[in-house]
Amino acid sequence: MPDKKTIWTKKDLLGLEYLSKEEIELILYTAESFKEVTTRQIKKVPALRGKTVMNLFYEPSTRTRTSFELAAKRLSADVVNIEIEASSVKKGETLIDTGRNIEALKIDIIVVRHSASGAPNILARNVKSRVVNAGDGWHEHPTQALLDMFTLKSKLGRIEGLKVSIIGDIAHSRVARSNIWGLTKLGALVTVCAPPLLIPDGIERMGVKVTGDINEALADADAINVLRMQFERDGALAFPSKLEYFKQYGITAERLKQCKKDIVIMHPGPINRGVEMSSEVADGRNSVILEQVTNGIAVRMAVLYLVSYAKDPAPSKETMRVGEGGAG
Amino acid sequence: MTLKEKSRILERDDIDRVLQRIAHEIIEKVKTADQIAIVGIKNRGAYLAARLASKIEKMTGSCVPVGALDITLYRDDLTEASSQPVVHATEIVFDIDGKKIVLVDDVLYTGRTIRCALDALIDLGRPAQIQLAVLIDRGHRELPIRADYVGKNVPTSAKEVVEVRLSESDGKDEVVLCEKED
Repeated sequence: MPDKKTIWTKKDLLGLEYLSKEEIELILYTAESFKEVTTRQIKKVPALRGKTVMNLFYEPSTRTRTSFELAAKRLSADVVNIEIEASSVKKGETLIDTGRNIEALKIDIIVVRHSASGAPNILARNVKSRVVNAGDGWHEHPTQALLDMFTLKSKLGRIEGLKVSIIGDIAHSRVARSNIWGLTKLGALVTVCAPPLLIPDGIERMGVKVTGDINEALADADAINVLRMQFERDGALAFPSKLEYFKQYGITAERLKQCKKDIVIMHPGPINRGVEMSSEVADGRNSVILEQVTNGIAVRMAVLYLVSYAKDPAPSKETMRVGEGGAG
Repeated sequence: MTLKEKSRILERDDIDRVLQRIAHEIIEKVKTADQIAIVGIKNRGAYLAARLASKIEKMTGSCVPVGALDITLYRDDLTEASSQPVVHATEIVFDIDGKKIVLVDDVLYTGRTIRCALDALIDLGRPAQIQLAVLIDRGHRELPIRADYVGKNVPTSAKEVVEVRLSESDGKDEVVLCEKED
């Protein structure tokens, strides 16, 4: 249970970088209660009755959007989904204008996904509606990291002191960034592992160990988070072929033999079977990939509830730091 | 705001005797213990529920399921509440369909908490009936709700606060009447 003094005071959830350890723990604790709600026959509570949530997606997404939509509906909120082709919208001012229009529609919470890092920050500063980041560029994907941590905690009972390796395209991954912020704040020991070109400069400054050797990343890890390789996009130049990647970095039953018996294997989905991991591993006893999907709803319910009822929240001032992230 | 203690309502032994009496009344009214389930409203109602259940078990020899209900998500004042309430988990692991549920809370006041609890319970299933047991009824109802079992009726004013302290959470058993001071 979190410290009684920890209450949620933020208008928005923009990234785990901006949260304290206690705030992250409060979200995870609150999500426990919502997990119970999602196991009921009647999977609905009236907590957000009369509130409206808008899913504003400038990038296609089925799973994250569906998860947020279900989370909002299970809290009795009304939901509107908007998908906009990023190319048709100019960044910056137009986003602010969109935000003001949404505000005029009396939307309480905007869940935003954008290909530009920092777009949710800009939106949050310019509207009174609450803003939840559903993934921006290479910057952050806070609810994904929160659901990863929630799953980890429910499997292993704690986060502090755990050895967690994040494997895959670290450079172009908002999931990796949010996980690193969250896990290090909660006291986990994080290792990142990728081919050299997919490790961003200066990542050590985030408090992680870096390796290019998959065996090193797997040895004595309590959990691994395997990222999706996007060969159709950013990964193409960094590595010659899918098969070659699988040979060098793929998680296989053979490689698992050297690992802890109860190692927890996570993946944000969708999986490329035979690229990041073999089917045997993806469907094996250590995989918690589908539990992550279930937990995602509970975690997003917790986030929507907390930002929705923050008392007199201060406007978000957080901005992207120069050199961080980039256009996705 | 501070609280000044005005008078003592129940001591440790009184609380135990009151619960003993309510346990008897429940058995008398429900007749068989088979279908009874006791559900307390978090936090102190849940402790009282556990105590009541163990008394009924001792008297009847049959096992009485106990659960704890968190009603935060059903509150009608989430928007107005002065600080955001922390959501706790509801812990009801048995099937409530067809059960005779005794809902337990420490203090009955406006009746709004009970309204939330009724909604929360009915979202979990369809009990055969729901009865209400409270340690203290202090009046001032704002909804048409009454208790089936009352430990003690205490007339109060709106400036007063009934403080129920239980060993599970507060280290001792007592009920005191306090007055708000600005």
